[in-house]
Amino acid sequence: MTQRAFDIAPLDFLAIVATALSTQWAMSTVFAIRFEAKSALITALSLTLLLRANEVWPLILAAFIAIAAKFLIRARGKHVFNPANIGIVAVTLLSGAAWTTPGQWGTAVWLAAVIAGAGFFVAYRASRLDVPLIFLGVFAAMIFARAVWLGDPLSIPMHRLQNGALILFAFFMISDPKTTPDSALLRALFAAGTAALSYIFIYHFYRADGVFYALALACLVRPLIELTDHARRYQWGDPPARNFQPSTSATPAE
Amino acid sequence: MKLSLKKTLFAAASGLAAVAMTGGAVAFCGFYVAKADTKLFNKASKVAIMRDGDRTVLTMSNDYQGELKEFAMVVPVPVVLEEGQIHVTDNAIIDHLDAYTSPRLVEYFDEDPCTMADEIMVTASRAPKAAMEAKRERGDDALGVTVEAEYTVGEYDIQILSAKESGGLAAWLRMNGYKLPDGADQTLGSYIKQGTKFFVAKINIDEQAKTGLKYLRPLQIAFESRKFMLPIRLGTLNADGKQELFVFALTRNGRVETTNYRTVKLPTGSTVPTYVKDEFGEFYKAMFAEQVDRESQNAVFLEYAWDMNWCDPCAADPMSSDELRELGVYWTDGGDSVMPMTRRRPIPPGGAQDVFVTRLHVSYDAAHFPEDLMFKTTGERENFQGRYVMRHPYKGEAKCDAAKEYRAGLPKRYEEEAQSLANLTGWDIDDIRVKMKESGQSFPPPAKDKWWENIWGKKDKKG
Repeated sequence: MTQRAFDIAPLDFLAIVATALSTQWAMSTVFAIRFEAKSALITALSLTLLLRANEVWPLILAAFIAIAAKFLIRARGKHVFNPANIGIVAVTLLSGAAWTTPGQWGTAVWLAAVIAGAGFFVAYRASRLDVPLIFLGVFAAMIFARAVWLGDPLSIPMHRLQNGALILFAFFMISDPKTTPDSALLRALFAAGTAALSYIFIYHFYRADGVFYALALACLVRPLIELTDHARRYQWGDPPARNFQPSTSATPAE
Repeated sequence: MKLSLKKTLFAAASGLAAVAMTGGAVAFCGFYVAKADTKLFNKASKVAIMRDGDRTVLTMSNDYQGELKEFAMVVPVPVVLEEGQIHVTDNAIIDHLDAYTSPRLVEYFDEDPCTMADEIMVTASRAPKAAMEAKRERGDDALGVTVEAEYTVGEYDIQILSAKESGGLAAWLRMNGYKLPDGADQTLGSYIKQGTKFFVAKINIDEQAKTGLKYLRPLQIAFESRKFMLPIRLGTLNADGKQELFVFALTRNGRVETTNYRTVKLPTGSTVPTYVKDEFGEFYKAMFAEQVDRESQNAVFLEYAWDMNWCDPCAADPMSSDELRELGVYWTDGGDSVMPMTRRRPIPPGGAQDVFVTRLHVSYDAAHFPEDLMFKTTGERENFQGRYVMRHPYKGEAKCDAAKEYRAGLPKRYEEEAQSLANLTGWDIDDIRVKMKESGQSFPPPAKDKWWENIWGKKDKKG
């Protein structure tokens, strides 16, 4: 039977989950806040799906950085980086021992549909469905415009949009409610900006994994655009419709 | 200028611009396994890529068999190449790399079951021979096309072109006798807008005669580019079926994979009937076609991935340091003064190299591979090879109890081999059984499972 050349090893998955949860627990204890497993699990899932390594230590390191950065790199009472994203960017930039495999999810439409469907659910429950849709919409518009400019057949941008890793990124990573602005307008700006940066990384710097660098960069400047953000902070468990309650004063880390 | 000739722009099947054309007999590419020669993969090409950072050396091999004066190839390249960046090498090196990395059939001979143990013998299969064809002629004019440089390298006359618009370039190529397929203007235009230059090669008949060879040697180009890719789009313009491409990537870090198509491992390790030895070429071809279909025809197949630094056991006859260097592996031979190298592991004695080789095999057409192949070097250093096993049963005298058991187990084993072969290739299981019988691997057809026998037992059916 053929197999994907980049299989997920169960042990890697366990190592990532264990590291994410234990880091979350340890940091919660140190910072005296309630232990919240859900976001750590989503981070672990993203890392498992998107990051590959020869050995297990880069994966453990990525999971640790992802969770620790939530507690240690903060601005205006929120963590700066998207956890799984900074984990991936840090270990892939720091060493060649870990890498992403943008092609491994292929372009099968059905797979994209399943991932998008699952992603929709996650994003909707977390009330940030606008982010992946705006991100994908802007990114799609740019690559279609590029195809038209180059005179390429539309099968080329279509093929690129079906990329499973892109869909995973949109619905599981950038949609994280804790690292996107709270006001709808700024959120749209954030999503569109990440799409534009992704385009630049991919088509001008030929980085196939440009979306990750784009998001890290967007997160870095996010605290600045959030200076004007007075919308209520997102709390885990907020249902989508109840997102306009009076703002709370203090926000725990998780 | 004999414009009456049927000119064909062969496009560097080299994976590069493969604009393999109409007209002209399709070059035959033979594939010899054991004593049977088999037509395998027509319209195939082989490209070796050394990639280290932005440094790239492409070696484009073609088995063009037509009129030499009609050969031509057009390859989109990222930069204008100086003469020193172009080189001609020997076919034997690519053939060696091909043979070294090709899927192989391994033979095991069962020992006397009374003394036990398996002995191993290995027959490495020959690699599929790739072929490419080409043709063309020439002319001269402007049309917004700039001939950036012209060189004669080995038996090739080479021009490096840059163009402002596709119409001009297409017109220039047509004026020079290239026969462009429909849609070429559009594709050329896309490359031009991306800043691509064009490398055009044809045969210098005088120089070719001096080589005394009847075939064309592989062309090599060295350049630096952030883009790690092979342009295949020109080659897909011909709706003339699929093309085969073998990519041999040589890196320091690890396995190379495609970023815009899935990379899938070829099934490996199966035990197949012994008669496959005489038709291993057919087996490989059928299996590959079957796997391509199963992967919706849009996957790239990993056929071999090997850390040459870690070569235990070394496959027979590994690549020598000189051969690798010829293919662009500039860091062999005790280091390089330009780039200090960091070895990941100590080099074991016996000539192992600090090189990771990846063999990818892709069967492509425009419908399933709309865009060029984009690659990425990963840190993955896991070894992988396409490998199939033949087990010859023990045929000598053996009278112990173990021998009885061994013989009793053979039909079941044969049936499993038949099924695994059918599963891999999509061949009809009954045909396989017939062939196995003819080759001495006979067995009674498997008794159908009667589920009720599990309830009351075989003998109590009527009880």
